Amino acid sequence: MSTTTTVAHEGGHGHSHDHPKHLAHHFETLDQQFDAGKLGIWTFLLTEVLFFSALFVAYTVYRSNYPEVWQFASQYLNTQLGATNTLVLLLSSFTFAWGVRNAMLGQIGLLKMNLAITLLCAGGFMGIKYMEYSHKFHEGTLWSGNEDTIFRLHAEDVPEHIKEHSHAWDNRDGEFSAAVRDLDPEFRQKLGIFFGVYFCLTGLHGIHVLIGMLLLLWLLLRSMRGDFGPDNFNAIDFGALYWHLVDLIWIFLFPLLYLIS
Amino acid sequence: MTSSTNALDRTNYLNATKGFMSWFWTIDHKRLGLMYLWSVVGCFILGGMFAMKIRLTLSGDVDFASQTAEQMNAYNNAFTVHGAVMIFLVIIPSIPAALGNFVVPMMLGTKDVAFPKLNRFSYHLWLIGAILFVTTLFVGNLDTGWTFYPPYSTGYTDVSVITAVLGAFILGFSSIFTGLNFIVTIHKMRPPQMTWFKMPLFLWAIYATAVIQILATPVIGISLLLILVEKTMQIGIFTPELGGDPVFFQHLFWFYSHPAVYIMILPGMGVMSELFATFSRKPIFGYKSIALSSIAIAIFSFIVWGHHMFVSGQSELMSIIFSALTFSVAVPSAIKVFNWIATMYKGSIAFTTPMLYGLSIIWLFGIGGLTGLFLATLGTDVHFHDTYFVVAHFHYVMVGSALFGFLGGIFYWWPKMYGRMVDNKWSKIACIMSFVGFNMTFMPQFIGGAHGMPRRYAAYGPSAGFDGYNEASTLGAMVLMTGLFLALGTLLWSLKKGKKAPANPWGGVTLEWQTPSPPPEHNFEIDPPVVGDPYDMSLFEWKGEEEGFLPVNPRPDDPCVANVQPS
Amino acid sequence: MIPIALLPFLLQHTQGDFWFPSQASRNASSVDELFYFIFYVSLFAFITIVLATIIFAVRYRRSRVGMNPEDSPHHSTKIEIVWSVIPSMFMVVMFWYGFKDYVAVRTIPANAYEIQVKAKKWDWRFVYPEGVESYGGNVDMNDGGEGLVVPMGRPVSVRLESSDVLHSFYVPDFRVKMDAVPGRYNSAWFEATEPGVYPLYCAEYCGTRHSRMLSQVVVKSEEDFQAWLKSQAVDLASLPPAEAGKQLFQKNGCTACHSLTGTPGVGPALDGKYGTTETLADGSTVTIDDNYIRESLLDPNAKIVANFAPSMPSFAAQLSADEISYLIAFIKSLNE
Repeated sequence: MSTTTTVAHEGGHGHSHDHPKHLAHHFETLDQQFDAGKLGIWTFLLTEVLFFSALFVAYTVYRSNYPEVWQFASQYLNTQLGATNTLVLLLSSFTFAWGVRNAMLGQIGLLKMNLAITLLCAGGFMGIKYMEYSHKFHEGTLWSGNEDTIFRLHAEDVPEHIKEHSHAWDNRDGEFSAAVRDLDPEFRQKLGIFFGVYFCLTGLHGIHVLIGMLLLLWLLLRSMRGDFGPDNFNAIDFGALYWHLVDLIWIFLFPLLYLIS
Repeated sequence: MTSSTNALDRTNYLNATKGFMSWFWTIDHKRLGLMYLWSVVGCFILGGMFAMKIRLTLSGDVDFASQTAEQMNAYNNAFTVHGAVMIFLVIIPSIPAALGNFVVPMMLGTKDVAFPKLNRFSYHLWLIGAILFVTTLFVGNLDTGWTFYPPYSTGYTDVSVITAVLGAFILGFSSIFTGLNFIVTIHKMRPPQMTWFKMPLFLWAIYATAVIQILATPVIGISLLLILVEKTMQIGIFTPELGGDPVFFQHLFWFYSHPAVYIMILPGMGVMSELFATFSRKPIFGYKSIALSSIAIAIFSFIVWGHHMFVSGQSELMSIIFSALTFSVAVPSAIKVFNWIATMYKGSIAFTTPMLYGLSIIWLFGIGGLTGLFLATLGTDVHFHDTYFVVAHFHYVMVGSALFGFLGGIFYWWPKMYGRMVDNKWSKIACIMSFVGFNMTFMPQFIGGAHGMPRRYAAYGPSAGFDGYNEASTLGAMVLMTGLFLALGTLLWSLKKGKKAPANPWGGVTLEWQTPSPPPEHNFEIDPPVVGDPYDMSLFEWKGEEEGFLPVNPRPDDPCVANVQPS
Repeated sequence: MIPIALLPFLLQHTQGDFWFPSQASRNASSVDELFYFIFYVSLFAFITIVLATIIFAVRYRRSRVGMNPEDSPHHSTKIEIVWSVIPSMFMVVMFWYGFKDYVAVRTIPANAYEIQVKAKKWDWRFVYPEGVESYGGNVDMNDGGEGLVVPMGRPVSVRLESSDVLHSFYVPDFRVKMDAVPGRYNSAWFEATEPGVYPLYCAEYCGTRHSRMLSQVVVKSEEDFQAWLKSQAVDLASLPPAEAGKQLFQKNGCTACHSLTGTPGVGPALDGKYGTTETLADGSTVTIDDNYIRESLLDPNAKIVANFAPSMPSFAAQLSADEISYLIAFIKSLNE
């Protein structure tokens, strides 16, 4: 027969012992609470990676089916802006990581500064993204189903109502348009799919950056209220992990989309 | 105190706080579990209404020649909503979210799950998802089937796809957060004496389920989001007119939706293990192989999705590989069944209501699993694919096993939830009626399907010769519905009139039976003893109906024992 | 008890046996044999499970053995291995024969007679290499078509294409099924062994009238088939225009949506409509004349009559100018 032992928790469930300020009621120790949080955030990051996976699979499937389309389309992406954004995000990851260190050591002033810089970088990333997107919208470098897409305007007769309001139609003699004009219609259609995948991937990533900005704002406000210090930095730590993942996904996106040759 | 091991008259989690907000905004896993339970029951009734609509249409409500386009649309809507509601809102959350939330922390001897606020957030997300689904019924005619295959869903039907897909997307996140919570809870909050191989098997099953939830659900999330983007913005990834590939969506969809089948069935298997051990009063036979087979099923579930696509035009080589891999899932499932039966050998078998559900599942899952062999086999699947043979097969697995497992679990843990016993006689009659009705409904569909009766048809022509199967099915569905309502009736009746339940009415050894029924707010008044073996039945002995099972060697301050007054 | 109550329902099929419809193709019998192999293995396993549960439940019931059962082993590696390995061996056999059948079903013989099968919402059209076309034909549909007419004893391959959503070509008596996927061609084949008429279903859900996407396969002897092919090669120009229009109307599957008996379906009924005035969705009106009919065939969504959905495909690629005038003549003739 097996032996019976009683779980010997410190102080039992009587709540008679001193409960540390930041310890939730259902955990036994701060270590347990921290470990649970850590495992939780890592599991969440795993689901985030899988959340992007379908788009990466779409990218891979269509790229392996139409490698020449992918190479051609990549030229239409602005590599300078993409590279700048990569640097901006790398910087933000660095400042966020430093912020975690600040919180651990109780350097609250530096923590606030680093969070603010991270937030600024994130804003800068979105600003540059906005420039890229608006340029593409203007040129008509859009996904294949869009009526205004550069890849369809040359295909057959364009309806009047499109011509009237279309920037892309106005730019039809521009450099990009001219490069696309003589391509085979099927090739042009597949170019549209490349940009469909491009907008989905960078758009979903952009949404994650926006969520990260909200998170940063919240952390910044809380650190200004004086919530964080050596005994309470879990939120900063977990927020930084999320931010590093967002950064990491961009590190993959940049060469996969911008640097095909 | 008369019925002294019952805590209805003391402060417990049900009466500790009062008012709407004390429930709606609670972070208590037990209250969240109950709210999931009743929400799921509500959705089940909704999904059941659409099931009856399907049955009545097919058994000759309208005859083939005079059926109008509106009537066909109404039928298509009925089977879509039935499927989507039953899968996303009923079976997926049934055992993990409802029973799991109630039971898991208590089985671990802790006060709550690792992230109680996230748990509440999961439930609220679930509610939003459910509301979006119900909205779907009003904004349009959702008629894509629960599979949302493009290009029909993206290009040929109305906007109700948008609300449905958004709803499913949000429900997905609810499911991910629930799974995440259980993974962390089981990893980090086990008492030190409870090693992995001393965990109750229900926890193993919930753990395996949670792994699937966090790995597979994000993929359906993004795929459904892509359907949304495709429909509203015509991105081109799935739309053939724009150069996309509709079969690509099927790959993504089944990469989640096949593992989802195991999200449904694994927790039911976990309940089965608890039932068979407790009601045979014997340690479960082959503990390790049951525990590890749950993990094996979780792993295999990810590499078999292509068996849904044998006739879609995917390459022959892929079909052959997927067929071979599919058989590999059958082995761990068979091992479980054999182990449950072996547990009964030389046991002391009690025919309680939960055990009757358990025995029903052995047979129903037997049929559901064995008919799966015909569908894993390439040659026969080409004939059976998209016929009623498949419909009958997955109903045997999902209703006959997952839903009956849910019911068995409800009846098993009901005394713990509400501190009341359910009427023995009527709840058994309800179980037997459901069992008989279920077989009458779905057995004829196997034969109809083998004769080539295709799925998702609003009517069959008189010359097709399928009317008899449909008549029989509808008759069975009536019996099944009556049985299920009777079961619900016995549960509701017990809330007012049921006998007060002792702390341990069944003789279970897992930790949730070592606290009063219903439990106090933080689950335990004193820390429960963790034993070496979660199924060592000799630790408790029968003391009569009033007191139920009591520990052979009670601790002096045990609140579950009659002569100890609570402090 | 339950099976006995259901027997009258279940034994109604005159063709085929308890499980299957008739075996009318060369691959059918091996599929059925494989089915029966799995069936008897499963039946044996199932009976074992049922007997074991019943015997244990009765033998070891609590009222008989008391509350505390005697001790017995809690695990046995030997037994675990036995009941894992033996089912696995059976499954290997199942996989192997399933694989062989699948290869037979999927390998199209080089000498197969290829018929193009065009699926659209919600009808089937069959185009023969000789240029002959056929459609519809299911007895329950009464659409005037003849269905997929095929020669007996010769491998026939069907090349499946869809112009809108997913469909699936399914002939239960042949045990053949294959999806028609828009944007790609799929193929299937069969060799009919018995003359007769067999139902053809759409097995992949495709929208409102999925349950009406029915047709039939007519198996004829080689001579009858050749005679049929010859009789189908009709020159439309030699017919009166309204008669030619009628044939086009049926061949193109217009009847799936437009009835000629006054009851509106997915689209308006067309009898007695010529010359009348209809209200459009935006409130304006249009007279049903030659030009409106022509526009509706070429650009169907330009002017939709109120209360109907814009679901008609354009026929610009299918119909010649002559054929459009035949159709107009036919619709005109419906007023008489």
